[in-house]
Amino acid sequence: MNIFVSFILAIISSMLIDNVVLSRFYGICPFLGVSKKVKSSLGMGIAVVFVIMLATTICWPLYNYVLVPAGVPYLDTVTYILVIASLVQLVGLFIKKYSPTLYKSLGIYLPLITTNCAVLGVAQGNTDQGLTFLNAIANGLGTSIGFLLIIVVFSSIRVRLETSNTPKAFKGLPIALITAAIMALAFMGLQGLFSGIKL
Amino acid sequence: MAREKGSVRKNFLKGILTENPLFVSILGTCPALATTKTLEAALGMGLLFTIVLICSNVLVSLLRKIIPEEIRTPAYIVIIATFVTMVKMFTNAFLPELYSTLGVFISLIVVNCIVLGRAEAYASKNGPFDSLIDALGMGVGYTLAIMLMAFFRELLGTGGFTFGKVFTFIPETPLIIPGIESYTISLFQTPVGAFIVFAIILAIIAFIKNRKAELKANLAKQEKAKKLAEAQAMAAKQAEGGNK
Repeated sequence: MNIFVSFILAIISSMLIDNVVLSRFYGICPFLGVSKKVKSSLGMGIAVVFVIMLATTICWPLYNYVLVPAGVPYLDTVTYILVIASLVQLVGLFIKKYSPTLYKSLGIYLPLITTNCAVLGVAQGNTDQGLTFLNAIANGLGTSIGFLLIIVVFSSIRVRLETSNTPKAFKGLPIALITAAIMALAFMGLQGLFSGIKL
Repeated sequence: MAREKGSVRKNFLKGILTENPLFVSILGTCPALATTKTLEAALGMGLLFTIVLICSNVLVSLLRKIIPEEIRTPAYIVIIATFVTMVKMFTNAFLPELYSTLGVFISLIVVNCIVLGRAEAYASKNGPFDSLIDALGMGVGYTLAIMLMAFFRELLGTGGFTFGKVFTFIPETPLIIPGIESYTISLFQTPVGAFIVFAIILAIIAFIKNRKAELKANLAKQEKAKKLAEAQAMAAKQAEGGNK
């Protein structure tokens, strides 16, 4: 029971309190690049959840049961990026074969995920901080769902921004960044969420 | 050889101004927001980034005829990741303070779109010397860009600058700007400030660009009006001459 509670708390804390995009700054590129339409941001978000979960479940055992016993823990970054790049390729092929409709909506985002720092950041962070496997999974789940949540919310605001009357110099990216700043401000308010609960 | 002198300078300067990776191409935004809390951390990030960019660009350029077309992206990623690992280990050994300040963002240079982008767009098509200059220009441009952001964030957030905290080989010297010191806005040290500073810098750049385009359009309009007036005057003159 205790493990279950801390698992849930770890997910929520990496999802809301320590949000990937707004407080850890992972994955800003897709956050700004693929958020002009709600539909595409949803596709990107789901693809990221998929890849982060797979990468976490592969990279953690790889580090602890292969790289460390072999005495080459410093090869972690090279290994992770190779795992992620091949994973992205594999997932792309798999989806293409079994669900062409899903591929049509996710396919174009898949190559972009390789260079999404959220994926490598989670894999690297899990082993750098020496998390247990369960906590690593919770971190991956919370981070990726947090990314999905933020990018969808952000894109729904951005759709409105397109038609609103913004100053000429702020059109496009600058006003989007101001929006992100206000969202970050709102998320700062969640920081004390667990202050009463002992983890 | 006469071509080289001007083109080398141009190649170097394009990374700093016209093709600045951060402010014009909007690449590499993650470290630009995450590591710009202090001027020193930004300088450290910029330095490490430039070293990785130069090494990978030169090596990719040297190997550009050996690497097969189909597997070039994975090959580039492995090259970049190798250099990042080297830089990471050196930083950990010689500048542990910088290592702990930047944290996971040193590893994340691997997925910085600028490094892969330059390998793909420039180094894979040009010689090693040109690639070196290109990497140097892009690296310096990026470093200056994130230092500009860190300048505003640290100045407005803490009322001054502290040196020697990250680069421990110089003694720690706080530099407090007298006027601002009592009006600090600590919000600028938080993620919110990072987004706001980035947004305002981009807005200023857009404003200058719009202004320039407007001036150019105005100038073109005036020129056109002038030409039209001249043509009319000529036509009038000719008509007058004809009447005579």
